[in-house]
Amino acid sequence: MASTLGLVLNFLIFPGLLFTAVFGLLTQWVDRKVSARVQWRVGPPWFQPFADILKLMGKEIVIPEGAKRTGFLLAPVAGLAAVGLVSTILWLANITGSGFVGDLVGVIYLLTIPSLGMIIGASASSNPLSSVGASREMKLVLAYELPFVIAIFTAVTKVSPMTLRLDGILEYQATNGVLLGNASCIIAFIVAILCAQAKLTYPPFDIPEAETELMDGTHMEYSGAALAVVKLSQAMMLFTLPIFFITIFWGGLQLAGWGILYTIVKYVIIVVIIVLIKNTNPRVRIDQAVRFFWGPVTVLAIIGMVLAIVGL
Amino acid sequence: MGATSWGFKKSLWVFHLNAGACNNCDIEVLDCLCPRFDVERFGIKLCGSIKHADVLLVSGSVPRKVVPQMIETYEQAPRPVAVVALGACGCTGGIFKDGYNFAGPVDKHIPVDAYIPGCPPRPEAIIDGIVKLIGKL
Repeated sequence: MASTLGLVLNFLIFPGLLFTAVFGLLTQWVDRKVSARVQWRVGPPWFQPFADILKLMGKEIVIPEGAKRTGFLLAPVAGLAAVGLVSTILWLANITGSGFVGDLVGVIYLLTIPSLGMIIGASASSNPLSSVGASREMKLVLAYELPFVIAIFTAVTKVSPMTLRLDGILEYQATNGVLLGNASCIIAFIVAILCAQAKLTYPPFDIPEAETELMDGTHMEYSGAALAVVKLSQAMMLFTLPIFFITIFWGGLQLAGWGILYTIVKYVIIVVIIVLIKNTNPRVRIDQAVRFFWGPVTVLAIIGMVLAIVGL
Repeated sequence: MGATSWGFKKSLWVFHLNAGACNNCDIEVLDCLCPRFDVERFGIKLCGSIKHADVLLVSGSVPRKVVPQMIETYEQAPRPVAVVALGACGCTGGIFKDGYNFAGPVDKHIPVDAYIPGCPPRPEAIIDGIVKLIGKL
């Protein structure tokens, strides 16, 4: 009973929803500040994302005429819960070393749920532009999942007793050095960063929510607290994906002594790489994105996989 | 002051509606977002959909054809929402006040919270108007 309560608290407060939300919003501030500096602007103060979420909480929720109310409102919540669960699994594997067989597969599945939630929510909103956004998001998910899974499984192949447990991968890295020291895993890491760009729907792959053509596409009809949930799950995704990559490729999170500083440096490096790619690339068309992911990126991921099997 | 009203003052998302403007006011709005003035320092940003907006920024002299769309946009905005009339045309009709298709300035159709005159208003004037709007909220 006590352990059940502990798990619920883990999910709701630390390291689940509340913790991830706070740090996700701080990360979003880093994103906005770095974007502003790249564009020679000053940028918002650190509390800006918190003010946005608080403001959205106090606003009216408009449900469009003809929309399917339940699906429209519940789909983003499912995405939020999925990201919180991923964060809980990753942090518990890093802090307490707990894991279960196949939790890596579970994490890969759960990371897709926010995209699926947006597809369901946008389709339920009975808005033609949202529907276009949803169909583009669907194609984008199909495009990036293939290289993403291959990249993650390169790391699994590299771990010498092959394991699907996060704690197994962390133990291997603790004794044999980080996986990013190998050629195969550097390739897999690059592929994973490119896929993260599409997972977060950041430019150059912000095709589903293209601001100029679709007016925020999949998010278009959301307002008030529902929009806050959507924005929050995006922010939490921006926090969770770098943590996932650190866990898989870069030796996990060290939280004792100077290790904290090292962890923060690793985390900020990955976030800033993502933000710089976001700020220096224009949006591509959906067919270009699918061709890019199924062509060069998948070939790169397979080369990494072959290198890992050969033993590099 | 509650948390949500604090957030409302710190984070105004603007939806820009061009109701028959000549594009000069619109260019000055874009100037506000650019490096020299950078209103994102105050949490102000443009948003693509009226459902996300806190401020409806209307520029232009409002010709007869635009009136139904303008009223519908205002009705779609989630409350609370503030309306700003931008430019001489938005405030009074400007040089178009005797035009054959002129259907009154913005405040004849929807309630306006702040007027920013000028043809076009300078970015400093727009920021000044927004500051006064925030003081009023």
